Amino acid sequence: MTEVLFYVFATVLLLAGLLVITAKNPVHAALYLVLSFFTAAMLWMLMKAEFLAVSLVVVYVGAVMVLFLFVVMMLDINFEELRKGFWKFVPLAALVAAIMAAEMVAILLHPAAQIPGAQLVEPPPGYSNVHELGREIYTTYFLPFQLAAALLLVGMVAAIALTLRKRKNSKYLNPADQIKVKRDDRVRMVKMSTEAKPTFEQPKADGESQS
Amino acid sequence: MTWTSLNAWVAAPEIFLFCATCVILLLDLFVSDAKRGITHALALIALVVTGVLLVYGYSPAQQFGFSHMFIADPLATLAKVGMVIGVALVLIYGRSYAIDRGIFKGELYSLALFSLLGMMVMASAINMLTLYIGLELLSLSLYALVALRRDSVESTEAAMKYFVLGALASGMLLYGMSMVYGATGSLNVFEISQKLLIDHEGNKLLAVFGLVFIVTGIGFKLGAVPFHMWVPDVYQGAPTPITQLIGSAPKLAAFAFTIRLLAQALEGFTPEWRQMLVVLAVLSLAIGNLTAIAQTNIKRMFAYSTISHMGFLLLGILVGSAVGYAAAFFYAVTYMLTAAAGFGVVMLLARQGFEADRLDDYKGLARNHPWFAGMLLMVMFSMAGVPVFVGFFAKLAVLKAVINLGMVWLAVFAVAMSLVGAFYYLRVVKLMYFDEPESSGALSGSLFSRVVLSLNCLALLFIGLYPNGLLSLLTDAVVFSLPL
Repeated sequence: MTEVLFYVFATVLLLAGLLVITAKNPVHAALYLVLSFFTAAMLWMLMKAEFLAVSLVVVYVGAVMVLFLFVVMMLDINFEELRKGFWKFVPLAALVAAIMAAEMVAILLHPAAQIPGAQLVEPPPGYSNVHELGREIYTTYFLPFQLAAALLLVGMVAAIALTLRKRKNSKYLNPADQIKVKRDDRVRMVKMSTEAKPTFEQPKADGESQS
Repeated sequence: MTWTSLNAWVAAPEIFLFCATCVILLLDLFVSDAKRGITHALALIALVVTGVLLVYGYSPAQQFGFSHMFIADPLATLAKVGMVIGVALVLIYGRSYAIDRGIFKGELYSLALFSLLGMMVMASAINMLTLYIGLELLSLSLYALVALRRDSVESTEAAMKYFVLGALASGMLLYGMSMVYGATGSLNVFEISQKLLIDHEGNKLLAVFGLVFIVTGIGFKLGAVPFHMWVPDVYQGAPTPITQLIGSAPKLAAFAFTIRLLAQALEGFTPEWRQMLVVLAVLSLAIGNLTAIAQTNIKRMFAYSTISHMGFLLLGILVGSAVGYAAAFFYAVTYMLTAAAGFGVVMLLARQGFEADRLDDYKGLARNHPWFAGMLLMVMFSMAGVPVFVGFFAKLAVLKAVINLGMVWLAVFAVAMSLVGAFYYLRVVKLMYFDEPESSGALSGSLFSRVVLSLNCLALLFIGLYPNGLLSLLTDAVVFSLPL
């Protein structure tokens, strides 16, 4: 039964992945990506890695892909325009991909490439997936875990560095500047020479009276 | 599991660098644009302290830490010292360039330091997972740094290309690693090599299958032909300090990374990966040197020259013995210094609104700035492999190792291609010394950066005159670190 389910999910996963890159509408592509994440989560579920499966759905499907859909809908990009070169290169790319796939299948189906004893171990009763995962992450995999955190920090710094712009026309007030303001910042005394009263016939065009 | 069983102190330089980077990241928020020099000084201090910690912690032994995720051996430590110097040179040379181009921001420093952290992890990791995360830390920082001049179309295009191809390469590498994991059931470099050396343990066919993808991934990261497409565009499009950052220190990291994966984990497959590296090296030497002739942009020329130098680096690695690895290590260290000096001169000539990246910009440089023309001459001679300069001894060491292996045709081919390469290096010298200057360009850069640049160039001559000290130091490090 598990085997049948595996092949079903694997087929759906591959088809969804293919549709992600061939779908004309970017929203459809994003939805196919959701589908592929979901089926990948199901594959993990079959391997009894419930926590990973659930977190994949929650994190990727629930958070990342929803944000992604938002971005796709907010941006006005003509994806057909971007894809213009796509069909031109498909024959060559398909040929290369087919050769690679054939070679990979030939090797992976070879009897020598089968791993003996690669069946899943039946976990003992009371075995907790989350507990084991947590223990491993904070003991054996402590260094990669911390480095992954550094990686996320880099991602954040990079995103801010590349996108944060001070808007030129933003009309915000800095309270500190407002409090610190001095008289000289606002009022300017202009010294002017005294002038004769302009006569009625010749009103002087005064460019100097206004500071 | 306690703090002592973690043995975290073997990673003291990395831990310090990470903490220092975070502190700089935070302090920078309180620094106004006019006082950005504070960030610059702090970053340099952090680099100096990291370097001191590395040298202080140097010992000719293998020390493990973080439950066998991390190793501090002489090879890693020396490579890391080289990387720290490489990144420090980038920050020193790039300062006035960055100020003129409006990228003199805190992110330049925090991302550069994070990329250094990634490189250091790549040199010291002995678990495939840690190796991969180190690589990603380096790559992600570099993608962002390339795009830092976000209003420049060229930079954005370069960043996009770098990102897409880099992601593809990471995918390849990860796929290969997963295959090796499937074949051996282990991610640890030493366990993998043991399992593959013993018969009936580990699946050999599957491991070779993974090896192909790992070599592909490494080829991408090194920029070896036929995976070199990104190199010229990224070198040309990136701001020059970032080009220097990509072209210098990460080559050392890639060398250490390759040693960990090929020479240590997949040691049992030396004949298999040797064939692949021969193909990569031959193509890199040929295409790198021949295409560089046609370039009119000096950054692009440096890009193709890097490709050919990576061919030489691969020649050293494919020998598969301590002599070969030591020669490749020497090559990587000296190439790092040479490339840093080359880009340093380019940045010295660049000023606001003038990139100094066309070859014609170097016409008559000797008349305007005889001292720095002499410095660039040394860089070019070293890259071309003219005797007494360090590049000659680096090439010689690699060629000796290749001939010892019995692959004389390969050595002859490498020499022939170096001769082709000498043409475009000497063309720069000809432009500088025998052509009339088009303009009397002023130099940018502070006195400090000029002094450091001069010392860097003179080091090429000095190490060339006395190569034995460095060569024996690196050879000892390789012999201590790799049980061959």
